[in-house]
Amino acid sequence: MTVPKRIGKISFGLISPQEFRRMSVVKIITADTYDDDGFPIEMGLMDPRLGVIDPGLRCRTCGGRPGECPGHFGHIDLIAPVIHVGFAKLIRKALRAICRECSRLMLLENDKRMYLEQIKTLIELGQPIDDVVNKVFSEARKPKKCPYCGASQKDIKFERPLSYIEDGHKLTPSDIRDRFEKIPDDDVKVMGMNPDSARPEWTILMVLPVPPVTMRPSITLESGQRSEDDLTHKLVDIIRINQRFQENREAGAPQLIIEDLWELLQYHITTFLDNTVSGVPPARHRSGRPLKTLSQRLKGKEGRFRGSLSGKRVNFSARTVISPDPNLSINEVGVPMEIAMELSVPLVVNSRNMDALRNFVRHGSEAHPGVNYVTRSDGRRVKITSRNCEEVADMLEIGWKIDRQLMDGDIVLFNRQPSLHRMSIMAHKVVVMPYKTFRLNPAVCPPYNADFDGDEMNLHVPQTEEARAEAQILMRVQENILSPRFGGPIIGGIHDYVTGSFLLTHGERRVNRREVMELLKKLPVSDLPPPKGVDEEGRPYWTGKQVFSHVIPEGINLSFRADFCMNCDQCKEEECEHDAYVVIRDGELLKGTIDAAAIGAFKGKLTDRVIKELGPSVAAEFMDSMTRMAIRGIMLAGFSFGIDDEDIPREADNQIQDVVKTAREDVQKLIEAYDAGELEPLPGRTLDETLEMRIMQTLGKARDNTGSIAGRYLGLDNSGVVMAVSGARGSMLNLTQMAACVGQQSVRGERIHRGYEGRTLPHFRNGDLSSEAHGFVQSSYKHGLSPTEFFFHAVGGREGLVDTAIRTSQSGYLQRRLINALQDLEVNYDGTVKETRGIIVQFKYGEDGVDASRRDYAGPENVHRIVQKVLGKESS
Amino acid sequence: MSLSHKDLLKRIDELPLLQNMKDALHDDLAEVEVTDEEFEAIARQVVEDFDRAQVVPCEAVGVVAAQSIGEPGTQMTMRTFHYAGVAEINVTLGLPRLIEIVDARKIPSTPTMTVRLDGEYARDRDLAREVAWSIESINILHLGSIATDLAEMNVLIELNEEVMAQRKISVEEVAERLSDVTKLAVGRPDDYTLTLTPKEPSYRDLLQLVEKIKNISLKGVEGIKRVVIRKEGDEYVLYTVGSVLKEVIEFEGVDPARTKTNNITEIAEVLGIEAARNSIINEANDTLREQGLTVDVRHIMLVADMMTCDGEIKQIGRHGISGEKVSVLARAAFEVTVSHILDAAIRGDVDYLKGVTENVIVGQPIKLGTGHVQLVAKR
Ligand SMILES: [Mg+2]
Ligand SMILES: [Zn+2]
Ligand SMILES: [Zn+2]
Ligand SMILES: [Zn+2]
Repeated sequence: MTVPKRIGKISFGLISPQEFRRMSVVKIITADTYDDDGFPIEMGLMDPRLGVIDPGLRCRTCGGRPGECPGHFGHIDLIAPVIHVGFAKLIRKALRAICRECSRLMLLENDKRMYLEQIKTLIELGQPIDDVVNKVFSEARKPKKCPYCGASQKDIKFERPLSYIEDGHKLTPSDIRDRFEKIPDDDVKVMGMNPDSARPEWTILMVLPVPPVTMRPSITLESGQRSEDDLTHKLVDIIRINQRFQENREAGAPQLIIEDLWELLQYHITTFLDNTVSGVPPARHRSGRPLKTLSQRLKGKEGRFRGSLSGKRVNFSARTVISPDPNLSINEVGVPMEIAMELSVPLVVNSRNMDALRNFVRHGSEAHPGVNYVTRSDGRRVKITSRNCEEVADMLEIGWKIDRQLMDGDIVLFNRQPSLHRMSIMAHKVVVMPYKTFRLNPAVCPPYNADFDGDEMNLHVPQTEEARAEAQILMRVQENILSPRFGGPIIGGIHDYVTGSFLLTHGERRVNRREVMELLKKLPVSDLPPPKGVDEEGRPYWTGKQVFSHVIPEGINLSFRADFCMNCDQCKEEECEHDAYVVIRDGELLKGTIDAAAIGAFKGKLTDRVIKELGPSVAAEFMDSMTRMAIRGIMLAGFSFGIDDEDIPREADNQIQDVVKTAREDVQKLIEAYDAGELEPLPGRTLDETLEMRIMQTLGKARDNTGSIAGRYLGLDNSGVVMAVSGARGSMLNLTQMAACVGQQSVRGERIHRGYEGRTLPHFRNGDLSSEAHGFVQSSYKHGLSPTEFFFHAVGGREGLVDTAIRTSQSGYLQRRLINALQDLEVNYDGTVKETRGIIVQFKYGEDGVDASRRDYAGPENVHRIVQKVLGKESS
Repeated sequence: MSLSHKDLLKRIDELPLLQNMKDALHDDLAEVEVTDEEFEAIARQVVEDFDRAQVVPCEAVGVVAAQSIGEPGTQMTMRTFHYAGVAEINVTLGLPRLIEIVDARKIPSTPTMTVRLDGEYARDRDLAREVAWSIESINILHLGSIATDLAEMNVLIELNEEVMAQRKISVEEVAERLSDVTKLAVGRPDDYTLTLTPKEPSYRDLLQLVEKIKNISLKGVEGIKRVVIRKEGDEYVLYTVGSVLKEVIEFEGVDPARTKTNNITEIAEVLGIEAARNSIINEANDTLREQGLTVDVRHIMLVADMMTCDGEIKQIGRHGISGEKVSVLARAAFEVTVSHILDAAIRGDVDYLKGVTENVIVGQPIKLGTGHVQLVAKR
């Protein structure tokens, strides 16, 4: 294989009129495009030498067909020079800085040398030179007389958009060009320009390059009519005016008309280059839509740079809706058969795989796993059909390439937008499946931030051996369990996995032999542990903890507080009566409940320990077994949540009503004290603020109290509570809002005050400060909200929605800026971090050279663990 | 045979480890008997693990850092005002604060200082209050009341004797300051009353004068609008609204080494670029932590170092790092596309295609990560 060519550098500069002519393949003189037969007119805007877009024709310059020919530039000879709008500012500055007679930069030789030296140093340092150049221009503008020829200078006024007025006379582009031509090269350098690649007079156009037709293709409408590109429209205008200008000048038309035409030519060329120049009315299409000209093509998100050049489109990709499948490994992705038959992996025929590949070809492209294309060694590609498959299979030779359909075990990249971090694209192994959705283990939802409410994801098939190797080694899900953001596991149990483990391991849950088999059904298992005991009827039983221990790898020693820990004043640790202190010895779960703190995404301590001690492969196996068992666990226990789970006994309801009533009365008392002027203001607060804060406090406390009342009646037999305390989903707050009291609605952290003058709604008296008039919702969701409560709830809810909408756009932009600023940084072989200018940003990455995702290996805890392991002591 | 304590210390010190790992080793081994073989086994394992933790050459640490800070941005709150620490002082938190930090804004939207005190001042509440009062900018409303006398067409200021004594300011000082700023004669009908008469006897001028007087800083540091004292552990700490680091650290009783501001530009001006770099790290870290988001400090360090590596604070964005990139294509692809290309043309810039964006644009492998490594197959 040949080493691909690399572009070493790209130089930027202005193009001289001579160069424009030299690179042109044809001089365009007529504004017409096609003749009556639909053929491009020679020396017209669609001249066949400019390239081809019509199928069947060949380029008259390079002989290429459409798609092969890149297109070639033509040119228009302008009758009179015209200013390039993009350089209007530069022209203004240069005009003022040079002598009107001798065109020399009006600085003393010594100063010129000094500035030139500064510019050179800055360029060497990779720093911007704008400040020095601006200084040069402003200094050179000052002298009233030229220090070289002594000519006195006149003030040059600039008028938008493109008029330079000296002493009441407008300078024509020709005048300006004449002056610029005389500037010595050495002076040009002091002005921050490189005279070899950009002479100042080249900012005034004498020749206009005509872009090739390939970048302004005309489209044929259904009616058979041709519709030209915006650029072509603009070029037509330019040529017409150019012609009229010439005719008028040759006919000796009066100066006024000539000037008008010159202005008009300037206008058309200006809008051809940039149609959004301030002070220039944008050129419009017949329909009134402003034309999209050159600058507009480059700018913005959909522009050439960000839209087309930085965002590449690819083949061998697929997109569809995702759905969950807990039976898949976290490393796998379920791919619908239809997609698998469309996507392919290229394989090169060699002596050892010949038979196998021949077999694939024999399947044709309609029987999976078949072959879609065969490329012969001469590069000819054959589409495989059921008709030619046998024939091609027999012809197969070493060196041919076949595009084999995707099949089980192929490695693919899986992605969900927005791709905010590197775990948004991970490599999975294909499992071809029926139906039409991509399937994935819900444990990999957190890194993708995916759910199954209609989310779609993309899939890409790497096409080279290198790409596959890279995907396999660096991008597989198991290699990404630890997040580089904080060095902890980002993949882990969510929702039912957490609930399932909780139900299975909480307390002394007994399971009989049949149930054990059910739980272990999907796991590799050779023998069962000895039963924990015998039940009343003499049958052996096991505990949920024993069964769960089966998925914990051997050698794991760990103890920690479960998510469900009540935060008792004094943690009794192993003696915890809530079974909230987890103790694992050599892979055996002795005490405690497995919940989000053990296996959850972002905080799973057990997952964390498994991967850090035993590596990603074991961790992946652990995740697979754990998820399968957790699902069996929740199925065994049975789990549902419905409206009746929010029922609380009547006495609890009464208590809640009492609490709410007292709170309302307390608020009333506060208001009375305020009205009577007896309220003491808090330090640094006004009386009004104090009242608001006290009311908020009172009502907040009331909501908390109703919550704890409801909580007393909602125990672990309640599914909602199980989900909340285990960390699977939701919180006790959500539950109390459903069962007891929704609480204060707020806007910007305050009670709701907006609305009518002096009141929130017409339902209340003017100046009413009571709890119900400012958004306290005393009902529960289950009871239902009163109309005013409902309204306030909507007000508070809307803030959240607006907040989210603004946040996503702001943080998206922050992300883009951060990425753009930092993307070129990498760790060098000497441990330093340098940026593209070669400047050292860090002498040692992160001051200690430690990779954030493996930081725990370099921490004191790891040292303790090693010491304890070697000295053979119990770990704590 | 176990190692002697001295030997142990020496051998721990010789290991190629971080100080905190050495400390941990020392803590663990100081109290127990360790044989030579055991120590060797421990040292080997610890050093091996430390090597494993090292970042690999060619790792794209920049992108990882940017992602690690940007990604949690979606999970942050937008609520600008939160009361952090002191209930009386508003500070910007969450995403807006993070944006403010990387924007390298000259003045943060809620400038505030945390002033820590020296020795006795930190322990004695009265001394601490004295410092607070000397820092806090005082205007006339702190010292008394201001009213207009329409009959006399003048402004009447009634000063409170007690407060004046507390704040250690004399009536003469107030009068002098007022006449300095307003350029008007100050009358003093009695000990604690001052009058000012506007040049023109118009009602509008009178009201304008009142407003002007209210804004005059009579004592303390102009710009420190409020000072709040809070007890933290066993010391008193001052929190301010407004930030003037340069002046505040000069005050008697203020511990300049432990006094800080959230205005990073100010830190760069007063204490230098290294201090500013540390301040960026601390501020960003605190902002993220307050939101309950854990981001490894190395990522934040890289951002801070990138912002400060030229010796001045540069913004993450168009007016800073992104606008000063060497690559024309990279700049053009970020923002203000056309003007970057035009400028590059007149300057005759050359793009050497070293960065990521440039190479993506021209369609060749980027020189980073696995793209930096070149393998040649032996034939
Ligand atoms: Mg969704
Ligand atoms: Zn061609
Ligand atoms: Zn001259
Ligand atoms: Zn406990």
